[in-house]
Amino acid sequence: MRKETLQAWALILPALLLLVAFTHWPAVATLVDSFYTTPKGSRPPRFVGLENFTDLWTDPVFWRAMHNNAIYAIATIPISIVLALAMALAVNTAIPGRALVRMAYFTPTMLPMIAVANIWLFFFTPDYGLFDQILAPFGGGRHNWLGDTATALPAMIAVAVWKEAGFFMLFFLAALQAMPPDLKEAANLEGSSRWNFFRRVTLPLLMPTTLFVLVNAVINAFRLVDHVVVMTRGGPDNATTLLLYYIYEAGFRFWDTALASTLTVVLLILLGLLAWLQFGVLGKRIHYR
Amino acid sequence: MESGSTEHGAEVRLSNVTRLWGATAALAGVSLHVRAGTFCVLLGPSGCGKTTCLRIVAGLDHATSGTVEIGGRDVTALPPAARGVSMVFQSYALFPHLSVAENIMFGLKARSVPAGERAKRLDRAVEILGIGHLLARRPGQLSGGQQQRVALGRAIVAEAPVCLMDEPLSNLDAQLRAEMRRELLALQRRLGITMLYVTHDQTEAMGMADQVVLLRDGRIEQDAAPADMYAVPETRFAASFIGTPPMNLLPTTATSAGLVVTGTETPVLRPTASRPLLAGIRPEALRPAETGLPVTVSHAEYLGADTILACSIGSVGSVGSAGDTRLLARVPGRVSMPDGTPIRLAFDPADLHFFDADTGHRFTAA
Repeated sequence: MRKETLQAWALILPALLLLVAFTHWPAVATLVDSFYTTPKGSRPPRFVGLENFTDLWTDPVFWRAMHNNAIYAIATIPISIVLALAMALAVNTAIPGRALVRMAYFTPTMLPMIAVANIWLFFFTPDYGLFDQILAPFGGGRHNWLGDTATALPAMIAVAVWKEAGFFMLFFLAALQAMPPDLKEAANLEGSSRWNFFRRVTLPLLMPTTLFVLVNAVINAFRLVDHVVVMTRGGPDNATTLLLYYIYEAGFRFWDTALASTLTVVLLILLGLLAWLQFGVLGKRIHYR
Repeated sequence: MESGSTEHGAEVRLSNVTRLWGATAALAGVSLHVRAGTFCVLLGPSGCGKTTCLRIVAGLDHATSGTVEIGGRDVTALPPAARGVSMVFQSYALFPHLSVAENIMFGLKARSVPAGERAKRLDRAVEILGIGHLLARRPGQLSGGQQQRVALGRAIVAEAPVCLMDEPLSNLDAQLRAEMRRELLALQRRLGITMLYVTHDQTEAMGMADQVVLLRDGRIEQDAAPADMYAVPETRFAASFIGTPPMNLLPTTATSAGLVVTGTETPVLRPTASRPLLAGIRPEALRPAETGLPVTVSHAEYLGADTILACSIGSVGSVGSAGDTRLLARVPGRVSMPDGTPIRLAFDPADLHFFDADTGHRFTAA
């Protein structure tokens, strides 16, 4: 082998080792595990083909988690993106105390999710919590926000939106600031209303950013479950069990590696499909500079 | 505005317009009258306030005090869209995601001009500018000159009586710039609109304008037809800004015989004045001759049609401040002269200009 080739391999070896050890090997191992039973004591894992997947088909908790996650995604993605865009537009104008407002919007992003969860635990506390105290004067009784199957999932959605919107705002703000101001001036001269300019110019020019944010939001909708662990542990009655939380429970509380691996493969396929859809369908229709 | 599809210009009048940025004045009491259908160039070095002036007419910027009238109507408080102006930006300000056709018709759609009328105006602009083959392209796929035409198209379809241009040719190469200069002028003449055109390039001003407004430090230095500004510059700044190369400004000394260029004894330029004066003479008014101003050629630059002689006053070895004052002479044809040649430059006394050395104003007293 030539000397340069050896050197090249030597240079990428450390990164390659780490990647293989912590990313590629576990990924392949997970895929393999999903075709085997869970090893128990003296019983070694046994190849069962697609049986784990067909079992999943009849698992009510899996469908519950899928259902919850679908609602969670359908709510958090658009709400956080629209909110982020609105906040970015607001702080992109010359308002007094703009730096302060920007910082306020961005603060949730800097906080660790565990801390965010603790803050919101207080907000949701029956009687003493922020929401009940605000609602009390208007005749709102005591709510067990996190204990009620009807409000637990929306509560999780609220926390996620609060956490994410500020982060996404940052990307929109950067894109808005990169837009040449004379476009706005030209539009003003042409008699374009603010709404017309937003719809015909700002929004299309923000599309590359929006796609990037959307991809992140979709991934986060399946990835962001720290607050579930802290606040509800998937309860009450699996009302807040999301796919990743179900994987965590199966893998690390029930030690059912077969189920956890199978769920992981399903999640990966799902995310892959969504990413392909986003880039394939939306990517073609976006104008990149 | 939209009604009547104004196909001829409107007059523009600025009265005592001042624009302050904090304590500094970008414009200090500018009053200006541009007659309907004329081509007016706002000329000046960078930072003189010419762009601010244009933006105040457009309504993109607001005067701290003073009024702006367009077509006899006070538009000082009106938003840009209600003023009846179109504008071509230095950067062209084309929408990168829209096709050429969509870019041109953006304003018409925004103003809800009916589709039939839109198509008619687009066709006309396309025919005038010759950009029919570009309509489906995006600005990113166009050359600088083509983008310039699209920006012009947007201004044409607006059919506004006043068109504002902010250094529209500065992003083009020299050859294209000369070509576009002729086209712009032809376009303005054809449409009969009032044009307000900002540039720092005096050749653009000389070549296109009916009226040149020379600005300096937020004030109007001179407001005249280009020929008049060339023939009778009101200030030493105007004298040094117009012309290629600009006017020579020479310090003078009073002697018993009269006023002479410092460092020389003859010729006598005029009787001694009560104030220190600068003598101005255009490079093209000088010619090598037997008698005249003694100079030493320091460099001869042959440009093809003519030669620029860079000279210093006085002959080499002469006493006094000789060699300190430099001047340029523009002589027709090819003149080859070794560096250091002493020559004399003659001129017609009528071509002399005098400026007050302290105030810079033209000195006209007898």
